[in-house]
Amino acid sequence: MSVTQLGMPAIGAPSEARKGFFTDTSLCIGCKACEVACKEWNSLPADGPLKLTGESFDNTSRLSADTWRHVAFIEKKVPAPASGGTEGIKWLMSSDVCKHCTNAACLDVCPTGALFRTEHGTVVVQQDICNGCGYCVSACPYGVIDQRPDDGRAFKCTMCYDRLGVGEEPACAKACPTQSIQYGELDELRERADARVAELHERGVDEARLYGRDPDGGVGGDGAFFLLLDEPETYGLPPDPVVTTRDLPAMWRRAAGAAAGLLAGAAVVFWGARK
Amino acid sequence: MSRRREREEFTSYYGRPILKEPTWEAADIAGYIFAGGVAAASSMLAAGAQYTGRPALERRAKLTALTAISVSAAALVHDLGRPERFLNMLRVAKPTSPMSMGSWILSVYGPLAGASAASNITGLFPAAGRACGLGAAVSGSAVATYTAVLLADTAVPTWHDAHEVLPFVFAGSAAAAGGGIATALAPVVEAGPARRMAVAGALLETVMSLRMERSGHLSTETLREGRGGTLMRLSKAFSIGGAVGLALGGHRSRTVSVVGGLAVAAGSALLRFGVFEAGKASTRDPKYVVVPQRERLNAAEAARREAAGIEVAA
Ligand code: SF4
Ligand code: SF4
Repeated sequence: MSVTQLGMPAIGAPSEARKGFFTDTSLCIGCKACEVACKEWNSLPADGPLKLTGESFDNTSRLSADTWRHVAFIEKKVPAPASGGTEGIKWLMSSDVCKHCTNAACLDVCPTGALFRTEHGTVVVQQDICNGCGYCVSACPYGVIDQRPDDGRAFKCTMCYDRLGVGEEPACAKACPTQSIQYGELDELRERADARVAELHERGVDEARLYGRDPDGGVGGDGAFFLLLDEPETYGLPPDPVVTTRDLPAMWRRAAGAAAGLLAGAAVVFWGARK
Repeated sequence: MSRRREREEFTSYYGRPILKEPTWEAADIAGYIFAGGVAAASSMLAAGAQYTGRPALERRAKLTALTAISVSAAALVHDLGRPERFLNMLRVAKPTSPMSMGSWILSVYGPLAGASAASNITGLFPAAGRACGLGAAVSGSAVATYTAVLLADTAVPTWHDAHEVLPFVFAGSAAAAGGGIATALAPVVEAGPARRMAVAGALLETVMSLRMERSGHLSTETLREGRGGTLMRLSKAFSIGGAVGLALGGHRSRTVSVVGGLAVAAGSALLRFGVFEAGKASTRDPKYVVVPQRERLNAAEAARREAAGIEVAA
């Protein structure tokens, strides 16, 4: 039996530089090569019968136990310029994925230790240990990890743990034809992202912003972060997620207080009532 | 506060939820929490009864505790996607995982409650049986309250937003349920402490859940509206009705004790299901994620602007 301590993000320290994804949505052309490559490499089953949602070109709709990359399509109205002309449509596309959080709620709450932090700094489920309790599903502030109904266990992106082990890049990054999905050492990706935002701002793309890059954020920064061209919620991302376990010490203290109160109360109801 | 927010505009991705809905079944998890509360409070009553010469109350409370904790454990195992792997819970002890802590709490409490009931029934090892009874009462206090942390330590808006009061809501609810059932089962002459526990528990449960519902968080809507709201209102009706009945007539009438006790216990069960359903509802609508987080960001941005402005001015 091993004991993990409160606030410790991982069992064991990463033995090498932390790896990550930088998804630059300004380069995404919505080809879904990442979705397909992910399904193929990881042998993920279909999510169910094909349904057309009518939501632009997105018929996948969400990340799930069987979809670990999901390309979002947003058709955004652009008002006609003041100088005249017509109203237009701006297309936003973004390939979403597990964020491999620095402070990962899924990993914190997993009661079996099935979820663990790998030597690459990523967050992975050990399928032979997961007992399908579903706690991680309710804990993830991004709504990423999910349970396979037939199988009962929880599944999500592993950042291609098997490929990383042999020095290969993840299947989605390999398949992406525009380098919208970039894989590498997290520190280096952050530098690259900062330079890219500066470049876009220079070109007048003021709406370009990084999402999940900041190590001071509510989850301590994402191992998979993004360059977005609109507010995060437009893409179905939470604007300012906070890892739920941040409040856990306070919760335990409250629960201890309530437990003590309950015992005291139980003693009081017997007070002076000796028969 | 909430009125203003309801009208607030927010952006989402085709109105799709951001969070995943909890995979748990209401009957399993709300039932598990309720049964755990019944067991814990019954063990406390049993311990008091064993030292104050109330053999009938002691016997019934010990049997109730054992039955309830068995039901509770069965519900927990049943809810796993891989029930045969339940024991994987005990391969680690993680304070960051309330479910891991809960498994350990149960594995301490369960045998103690079982042993004290067995000793009481068979008459064997009475001293050890009483010691186990005392241990069950003490560890029971954790069984009754850790479940609040179990729910609150998630990204589910209604549950997490309630994290400060929920342990007290659940403590009151446990007392109401255990007290109510013991009042209904024990003879009136011995049921005094159980009755007082039921009344006080129902009171605490009601006051604390009102505080929870009026905390000002947007997510509290789900405790006042829809299925969650209905269950919460029903819970209060049963709890208050039962408690008033017990307070007025419980010491005189066996019938009032049975009806009132069961009503208070039903109020507790309805509360657990209400909180459970409200939490689920709060994951289905992205507004409970987007609106408060957006407000927080905007407030931080405004503060930053102001600070910068003051610096420029100075
Ligand atoms: S995004 Fe969710 S599933 Fe992925 S590491 Fe963070 S908490 Fe876990
Ligand atoms: S479902 Fe599996 S991975 Fe998720 S918390 Fe439970 S045991 Fe851990």
